[in-house]
Amino acid sequence: MSEWRLYEVFVRSKHGLNHKHVGSVHASDAEMAMENARDLYTRRSEGVSIWVVPSETITASASDEKEVLFDPSEDKIYRHASFYELPDEVGHM
Amino acid sequence: MYAQLVETGSKRLKTLEEMSPEERAFQEKVDAETKIEPKNWMPEGYRKTLIRQISQHAHSEVVGMLPEGNWVTRAPTLKRKLQLMAKIQDEAGHGLYLYSAMETLGADRDEEIEKLHQGKAKYSSIFNYPTLNWADMGAVGWLVDGAAIVNQVVLQRTSYGPYSRAMIRICKEESFHQRQGYQILLDMMREGTEEQKAMVQDAINRLWWPALMMFGPHDDESPNSQQSMAWKIKRKSNDELRQMFIDQTVPQLEFLGCTAPDPDLKWNEETGHYDFGEINWQEFYDVLKGNGPCNRERISTRKKAIDEGAWVREAAVAYAKKQKQRAEAA
Repeated sequence: MSEWRLYEVFVRSKHGLNHKHVGSVHASDAEMAMENARDLYTRRSEGVSIWVVPSETITASASDEKEVLFDPSEDKIYRHASFYELPDEVGHM
Repeated sequence: MYAQLVETGSKRLKTLEEMSPEERAFQEKVDAETKIEPKNWMPEGYRKTLIRQISQHAHSEVVGMLPEGNWVTRAPTLKRKLQLMAKIQDEAGHGLYLYSAMETLGADRDEEIEKLHQGKAKYSSIFNYPTLNWADMGAVGWLVDGAAIVNQVVLQRTSYGPYSRAMIRICKEESFHQRQGYQILLDMMREGTEEQKAMVQDAINRLWWPALMMFGPHDDESPNSQQSMAWKIKRKSNDELRQMFIDQTVPQLEFLGCTAPDPDLKWNEETGHYDFGEINWQEFYDVLKGNGPCNRERISTRKKAIDEGAWVREAAVAYAKKQKQRAEAA
């Protein structure tokens, strides 16, 4: 098994929705990864589409770097619609 | 409980003052109910305890297929056979979710499975009992999966993210297992012959106590619980979980029209819980040590499956290599 690659599995649960990460599988190639993913993650029609991606090809942000990476967006409150107050007379916008 | 007597390597809890700054930050995060993720710093003891617990849990799912596999070719109808196979396939899936969660901690799946085969890793004591008649399939689903659900529902809130997410998935699927088990017993009790009804009672008599043992030793005999609870790997104590299971199961037992093999089992108006008799702990420790009715058979079946499947895995790797070479040459 150590010769088998690890693949991350993403499933689109319904048409129109995003693929969402659901877990991982080991497989000797992409085709087997797809079959294993189908057997493991969609036994009860949980999906209409599957992506399998070799885990080593994913670049992830370290969760300990949360502050460095995401802090700059915290002080830009003017990016949210709720920042802009409008008189009630204007109605829904 | 699919994990029993998980060693934490700690004799007593450290106070916040005794902890290193890293340990303290970690403990505060756990106390604040922030999930720990694979790349976060964690104490070595936490990591090792989780690897032991999750691998034990995964091994239990995998070995748990064997007592049921015994009845696939003997199921009384095609419908029951299909249900049983679906349940067994789920157990294999649960094992895989858990092995994946375990691997996020840096453990190697092959190595952990090898430990199981060498008798160095445990799995739940319950799967070392034989399944002797068809009603055992009902009783296993109802009692064994029922006990597992009580444990696993609580584990959805465990502090380690990947373990918690695997539990959420597993719980969604597990209630089918318990219901199909109970329905097997209900059918036998409602429509069965006297002989078939006797089979139901016999299955309950044999599996009742082993199911209660699944939750592990009493809290005061469980030296590792305190640390596991402080790390929030475990969320409720063995005795609490066992009591929850009994309280919800006895009414179902009565509805079946069956009895438990425990003369001390009775409703306690004052506590609002059922009282029950003492578990035979000698038997529990014997089974855990490897001396249950089926320990040797279970492990040798697992080894045989791995050994005899080796050529399939080798062929898959050879095929993948060849396909890759061809693609590169083209």
